[in-house]
Amino acid sequence: MNNYKGVFVYIEQRNHRIQNVGLELLGEGRKLANKLDVPLMACVIGHKIDNEVKVVESYGADFIYKVDHSILETYVNETYTKALSKVINDVLPEIVLVGATTLGRDLAPRVSSRLHTGLTADCTSLDIDENKQLLMTRPAFGGNLMATIICPNHRPQMSTVRPGVMVKPDKNELNQAKIVEIEVPFTETDMNVEVLEEVKEDKSKINIEDANVLISAGRGIGSKENMKQIDRLAELLTGEVSGTRAVVENGWLEKERQVGQTGKTVRPDLYFACGISGAIQHVSGMEDSNLVIAINKNPAAAIFEVSDIGIVGDGSKVIPALIKELENIRK
Amino acid sequence: MKIVVCVKQVPNTANVKIDQQTGTMIREGVESIINPDDLGGLEAALKIKDQNNAEVIAVSMGPLQADKALRECLAMGANRAILLSDRAFAGADTWATSLVLAKAIENIKPDLIIAGRQAIDGDTAQVGPQIAEHLGVPSVAYVNEINLNMDSLIVKRMFEDGYQTIKVKTPCLITVLKEINQPRYMKVQKIYTAFRDGLVEVWDNSKLNIEQENLGLKGSPTRVKKSYTKGVKTAGKVFEVSPKEAVQIIVDKLKESYIL
Amino acid sequence: MELGFDREHILLRQMLKEFTENEVKPLASEIDEEERFPKETVEKMRVAGIMGIPFPEKYCGEGGDYIGYVTAVEELSKACATTGVVLSAHTSLCAGPIFEFGTEEQKEKFLKPLASGEKLGAFGLTEPNAGTDASKQETIAIEDGDYYIINGSKIFITNAGYADIYVIMAMTDPSLGTRGITAFILERDMPGFTIGKKEKKMGIRGSATCELIFDDVRVPKSNMLGKVGYGFKIAMKTLDAGRIGIAAQACGIAEGALEETITYVKERKQFNRAISKFQNTQFVLADLATKIDAARMLMYRAAYNKDNNISYTKEAAMAKLYASEVALEVTNKAIQLHGGYGYSREYPVERMMRDAKITEIYEGTSEVQKMVISSYLLK
Repeated sequence: MNNYKGVFVYIEQRNHRIQNVGLELLGEGRKLANKLDVPLMACVIGHKIDNEVKVVESYGADFIYKVDHSILETYVNETYTKALSKVINDVLPEIVLVGATTLGRDLAPRVSSRLHTGLTADCTSLDIDENKQLLMTRPAFGGNLMATIICPNHRPQMSTVRPGVMVKPDKNELNQAKIVEIEVPFTETDMNVEVLEEVKEDKSKINIEDANVLISAGRGIGSKENMKQIDRLAELLTGEVSGTRAVVENGWLEKERQVGQTGKTVRPDLYFACGISGAIQHVSGMEDSNLVIAINKNPAAAIFEVSDIGIVGDGSKVIPALIKELENIRK
Repeated sequence: MKIVVCVKQVPNTANVKIDQQTGTMIREGVESIINPDDLGGLEAALKIKDQNNAEVIAVSMGPLQADKALRECLAMGANRAILLSDRAFAGADTWATSLVLAKAIENIKPDLIIAGRQAIDGDTAQVGPQIAEHLGVPSVAYVNEINLNMDSLIVKRMFEDGYQTIKVKTPCLITVLKEINQPRYMKVQKIYTAFRDGLVEVWDNSKLNIEQENLGLKGSPTRVKKSYTKGVKTAGKVFEVSPKEAVQIIVDKLKESYIL
Repeated sequence: MELGFDREHILLRQMLKEFTENEVKPLASEIDEEERFPKETVEKMRVAGIMGIPFPEKYCGEGGDYIGYVTAVEELSKACATTGVVLSAHTSLCAGPIFEFGTEEQKEKFLKPLASGEKLGAFGLTEPNAGTDASKQETIAIEDGDYYIINGSKIFITNAGYADIYVIMAMTDPSLGTRGITAFILERDMPGFTIGKKEKKMGIRGSATCELIFDDVRVPKSNMLGKVGYGFKIAMKTLDAGRIGIAAQACGIAEGALEETITYVKERKQFNRAISKFQNTQFVLADLATKIDAARMLMYRAAYNKDNNISYTKEAAMAKLYASEVALEVTNKAIQLHGGYGYSREYPVERMMRDAKITEIYEGTSEVQKMVISSYLLK
């Protein structure tokens, strides 16, 4: 166990696009590496990935391990598991971080199993304890419980982290990393899977009941024109648009997006109520939402009784300002 | 064709409430259900059974109460149900759990193993791929569509921004999301016959012969150091402020809740 | 009443709750507004095996029992009394008597498709001039070689038009009074058999309640159910069992109304608090819940008796009498606790009250139930 040193981050690239989560993990990885006084390593796997490696270099890794082979052009669990496992076995890091994307959540379990070590999924915070162990904290029971997990007797300690949880470090073109190319001997028997095609899709019609974020409009929005603001806000927060019966009856929104007694019942992570008074027929359809933020001109509006954050104000001023701020943050 | 479906009985976490006084989870009165992604897996297996001559075997690792979930699987149309239950299995993390399931599946020798992507209590999505690793078979996760093609499967593997169409040879393991299908209702006739004695086979470690050091809490590379509830939800705050300040308040809250 | 329910019944109820929530509840208001028969739901019920619960597998049934069947009527009726009565009329009033009194050939030909849900059933006893006084049958059946020729009409027939198989009572010998009535199995496509006017009703508006018209309908003798002159007995025995189904429907309606009301009073705020905090609300709910439980106990007791070959005529009558009263009281108070919103069709409770009323009338009015009960007491 003492042979294992270093904080290692798997940088996911798909079709030559680096996923942000990998860079976010470099930010967190640096914090952990500093606490342990060990190097920060990154790993990029794919084919013809020199550009991707350069990008990673500018985000501050000390070492970058590169596996470049034609068989790795497209992600397939078996080949990537073999590659990543080999790199980890060569490098022997004490901590491995992987982004919890659909790819990461498929790759990390197989790698951890192959290495007979522990993996903790969807961590929302990471820390080092007095014994130099990694403390991995994550939600369980559908988010009702938080658990701090440790991996005391096995190495590396592996953890997947959701996108958007950690903070990307600042880019610095002057950063220099030691780039190490690792050979992985692939044979025919390594691929029991054939990728017949890869298709990019536009997520079409979404059920508001499945949305994690709902930006909801009430009569207080004022006009159909103003719905554009609601649409933009939804876009910026990767959410869906919903509304009250009044808005649907005015023709500002389709019936499928109606929340309430004669509409749908929703329980998203965020319910953003704009210009909604909070009549019981509406509230009964959304009161189990995790976080409710409401904006309404009327300080006595009933919606404030079910919101976590209530803003008494003019939506036509607050929402554009919010949109501007979110656009800034994106940059 | 032999299909094993891995099934977990879980509390319906959507209905778990937090005690406002103590801040702890209230588990009484929360019904136990078949994990939704696993139900999708079972239905996918039953669909294959409907169209080809397939045997569907539901397998679950759990305490004796998990018998209920397996009876439901039988009532939906599974041919066999096996409960892996042994005190020695308790406290297992995903590695140790997947080992138990893998050893049981080795005994059964199926052509296809279907697991749900993740359980709504553990939320890890790890057990499926880990079972495949223990068994040394190929795995494809996040499958949303399955088509049989002689001795292989053609599946649609979902990514955030699209999908891959993949051909995978059997035996293999796939994990599915609950969105893959609409599970059928249990059939009345099968409900009336589901509780016959012996219909759920119970296997303990005497059948699986896993070494002690790989079992349960002892065999788990990870363990829980501590767990706690997030805290009682306090009444909301109302602010009458300028738009600029309002935006700041909102953005801060969104960051705090990981929405941003 | 959880004691006495086997694991099978508990699992069955779980399935029925899911089915009702996903398939029945979303349509309940619509089929009431549009007075539309829930054809698509019946098809789904067929697939799930709900249409033949108490019949043996030998006849394409589900091999279940009466308790399981009334559980289905109860759970369906919590969301939609129309769907509940479609099942009840089909199972108790049509498939039921064919199972009890039919020949093997008749069971083969008629019971199998009914129990499998392939075909829907109905029952015709009531006529314009024969309601509570059911013996005053004016529909006549005249022997003609290997056939009977039926002429007459029936009214208020549930599932009319959508049913394929009808158990009909007709007078074969007026001089014999009730012993001159005979039961026949008719099929929808028999020439001369037409569906007449559809009733515009107060409640269970999705249920197809129509007139049946018989104009020289030739029914083969092999379609006679039971022996000549046994029709009235068959009808009475059939209604005995049917009553348990209606009691289940009434219980379901009451339970559905109570559930909606409990949700509403926890949310609705007046005078700065949820109205569930007021003692009046609490006391009313306590009374209603107690009565509903009592009604359920009577209903399940009757079903249990039937399943265990214990006499159940009086028990079934008590169950229907009490449950229907409770349904009316509960739905009425449910609307009251909803206040103005309860009167609006946006909320389901007004429909539930409109649906509840019929349970005091059909399959024997409450007055008839009292006649049955008192006749047992005064033997």
